[in-house]
Order: sequence, then structure tokens, then C-alpha cells
Amino acid sequence: MSKSIKDMGWDELVQGAALFSFEGEVDYEMSQVQPEDRNYAETNSRNAYVGDWRVEKPVFNKDFCIDCQFCWIYCPDTSIIARDKKMIGVDMDHCKGCGICVEVCPTNPKSLLMFNENTDNEEALEQWPEKSEEKGE
Amino acid sequence: MNSKVMDIKKIEVWDGNMAASQAFRQADVDVVAAYPITPSTPVVENYATFEANGYIDGEFVMVESEHAAMSACVGAAAAGGRVATATSSQGFALMVEVLYQAAGMRLPIVLAQVNRALAAPLNVNGDHSDMYLGRDSGWINVSTFSPQEVYDLTLCAFKIGEHLDVRLPVNINQDGFMSSHTAQNVRTLDDKTACDFIGPYQAVNAMLDFSKPVTHGVQTEEDWHFEHKAKQHDAMMRSRKVIDEVFAEFKALTGREYKAVESYGMEDAEVAIVAFGTTYETAKIVVDNLKKEGIKAGIISPRIFRPFPLEDIAAQLQHVKAIACMDRSAPGGSVGALYNEIAGALFNSPARPVLSNIIYGLGGRDMTVSTLTEIYKDLVKEAASGKLNGTIQRFVGVRGPELTYYNA
Repeated sequence: MSKSIKDMGWDELVQGAALFSFEGEVDYEMSQVQPEDRNYAETNSRNAYVGDWRVEKPVFNKDFCIDCQFCWIYCPDTSIIARDKKMIGVDMDHCKGCGICVEVCPTNPKSLLMFNENTDNEEALEQWPEKSEEKGE
Repeated sequence: MNSKVMDIKKIEVWDGNMAASQAFRQADVDVVAAYPITPSTPVVENYATFEANGYIDGEFVMVESEHAAMSACVGAAAAGGRVATATSSQGFALMVEVLYQAAGMRLPIVLAQVNRALAAPLNVNGDHSDMYLGRDSGWINVSTFSPQEVYDLTLCAFKIGEHLDVRLPVNINQDGFMSSHTAQNVRTLDDKTACDFIGPYQAVNAMLDFSKPVTHGVQTEEDWHFEHKAKQHDAMMRSRKVIDEVFAEFKALTGREYKAVESYGMEDAEVAIVAFGTTYETAKIVVDNLKKEGIKAGIISPRIFRPFPLEDIAAQLQHVKAIACMDRSAPGGSVGALYNEIAGALFNSPARPVLSNIIYGLGGRDMTVSTLTEIYKDLVKEAASGKLNGTIQRFVGVRGPELTYYNA
């Protein structure tokens, strides 16, 4: 679409409010293109910022991460960013702060912890807990 | 066209249900998802029989409710197929939520609706309360008077709804039992002619087109909802042109003519009734009888309830002195819908006929030649005096004391 949907009148919208995910035809293998390189349409939900839905945010501590990819698999909003099976961080534009990534993180201490949305990340890392002696949790 | 052709005679004896089933079969529908309910059950039964006997190439989906039936229809239509279903009354009521989805998503589903009273009290017989329930749902609504019309207009419904300028669902109404179970001669088209008339299905924004991944059923909120509803209304209003074109094409093919507003005896009519469905055919007999007595009577009926042919109706009623708008649905605390529509159509025109509202035929109560004759004779008195005999609204054919409301 050459014109932004924000500038469209009723006569220009796609009938039935159908929304296309990508610009143009998909005549290539989408799985081979990284999300940041995909030609997402303006109306794709990837272009919608929903970071302000969060009350608590996950903070990632790479010092303890073993790249097990549990958080990547379990995240319901594909907001865990990984490359070559290595955890890189969290997509804060789309993470809604559900905390599932923290729940499933198996390391001791956890590599992801929930903090108040307003807590500074450096401050959060300074407060990181020590290894727990208790087995299982 | 389905790969197995059915050998049908030029004239078959079909009831309205069989007429709808045969039109579905000839339309080579991709998906029929339906949950049978009286009096539309045979539409689904007949279609299932065709399928069992190998006459249907498409899918027939058994579902667990009418809500599920219309939901399956929405899914199949969004996926990119030609889709149809049938229902009545309580089943239609259960579909209502999804009817609005189908229209808003601009999916050209065809619904064979056999009109039946809405409970309570429970009643399987015909009135128009279910048709009225769906009138604001965004579906094109067509009224039929006989099995022949059900057959013809169901074929037309696919062509109208699927037209690229329209893309709206179409509801073909027929009166429960009076049309649905009354076997009459139906002039048919052979399978190829019928299928060619409708033409191949053209998918629009189909979910099964993987080269253009698309989301249907989105959320819009205050940003875009109004624009989409405006676009939907505009498509509905402009569908009238397509309806007229399809009717013209159908007439060229079959010689059978349909109009947005059907009328009989209106050329010189001084008194007229406005009514939907099979009452039109009964009224034609009464009009003929009355003309012999020198009474200038006529009947008009909106063939198309939505988009409402407001201008056509106003034009046809300009010289009428007294009109009875006959609503076959419990009005729920006001005048009937047809009274409102006709009053609204006439208000900005020069005509000022005496306009009354008759509630009749609820739950399948017969509207007979003798009752219609009495109604016309009352209209003659009103035309002569230039004022209502009594109140604006009255019930006709109900036992007990006279039931009248609203003073003029």
C-alpha cells in the first residue's frame, strides 16, 4: 500500500476490514527471512506498539543464561529475540509482561526476572539474587 | 458445475424447500454447513441426499448448532469458497450474532430462510418475525411468494451477493409451510444453464491464498469501525444496481421477470395493501375480484426488503388514497416495521394517503380471501372519507375483543 491507512477514507479501505500481513506477494520462503527484514504491511500487528500494556517487565541477565530456548518457545507473543539458538533479549515493543519466560527459566539463579516497569535495567541487574541452595527452586 | 449431472424435467413439482435445495445443488456450492430446523429441515435433508447420491462435489458439514452453522459458513467463505446454508426461526435467532459478522466481513453467503414464528409460545408455523429480526444485520433480504420464486431468486442470490461490487450475504425468505411445503409446478433450468448463469466463484482476499496472507475478523475500535460500516452500507445501497442487472439477465434467460417492488393492479389503484410473502398471491385473487366490482384495489410488495426500495415504493403509491401496511410480526410495542418503512417513504413526497397498520397472521394464522376483502372494503371507506375508520394500528384475525392502538 502506497498510502497510509491513517490517511484513508471509507472508500479506500479494504472491504470487510481484511488486513494483509505483508506488502506485495509472498513468492519466497518466509521462514528464511528474519523478522526485522520481512516486508511487513503497515497494518501488521508487528507495527503496533503494545509495550504500555505492561505493569512488570522481564529483565534478561546474560551471565546465567544457558540458551536452552525455553523462554523463546513458551513466549505467547513471540517477544523473545533469539539468533542462531542464542538468547539476545526481549522485544519490549510487544512484550506484555505476562512473566511466562521467568516461570520457565531453568537456571539458578534465573536468567530472567520480573521487575517493576519503572525500574532501571542496570539497577535491576545489581539486585540480582545469588544462587539458591534449595533444590528444585 | 458438479461432475455428476442430475436429469431434471423442464417442469418439476417441487415445494419451496426442494426448490432451494436444487438451486444450491446447481450453484455448485463449495461448502454447505447446516443444522436442520422446521420448516427448513428438508432444504438440508434434500441436499444431504444429493450429496449421498454423488451429485455434490462440494463439502457438506454437519454442525452442532445454528451458531456453529453460520460460523462454519463464515470460515469457509473467508477461506475463499462459495457457501450456503438454511434455517428458520429459533435457528435464525441463534445465528444472529454471526450474521452481523458475515455481513461486516463482506462474505457473500446465501441463506435459505424459511420464515417461522419466534417463540414463546413455541410455534413451527410461518410468520415474518424471524425475517424482521435480521433486517438490520447487513444482509440483502429478498422476499419470495412461491416455490418458483424461491428457485429463481436463490440462483440470482449467488450472482448478486458474489458480484465484485457487492460482496454481501443474501437471505432468501419464503413463508414456512405456505411456500416451503406446498408443492407446485416449478420451471427449471438444466444444471449447465443454471451454473453458467451464476458463473464461477471469484475469491476475494481468500485466506487460502498463501501468497497474500490475510487476517479476517479484525478489531477496529473508534479509529476505523465507522469507515468500515460506511463502506458496508454503501455496498448495500449500490447493490440495487446489481440486483436490477441480475434480474434483467435472468429475464433474458428465462422470461421470468422480477422487480425490486412487485405490484398488482396498481395502475389505477385508489386503495392498496403492502405485504410480504405469500399474502401477495392471495391478494392478487382479491384484487381481481374487487376490480370486477368496480373497486380500484392493488397490492405492492417489496421484493427486496434490504436494500429498501424507498423511492420506487413512494413513486408507486403517489395516487393511492388509502393504504394498509400489513405486518406479519408482533410489533413489540410500536407500529409494524412495514408501516414505518412506508410512512417514511411517503413523508417527503406530495402524497398524503390514509395510512393504517394491520398486524395479521402471527404464528401461521391464515390470511384468507374473505379477510383481505374486508380489509380492502375498509380501505374504500377510508379513501372516501379521507380519514382513518379508527386507530392507526389494529390486529386482524385474532380472537377476543377488538385490539386497536394509536389515534391519528
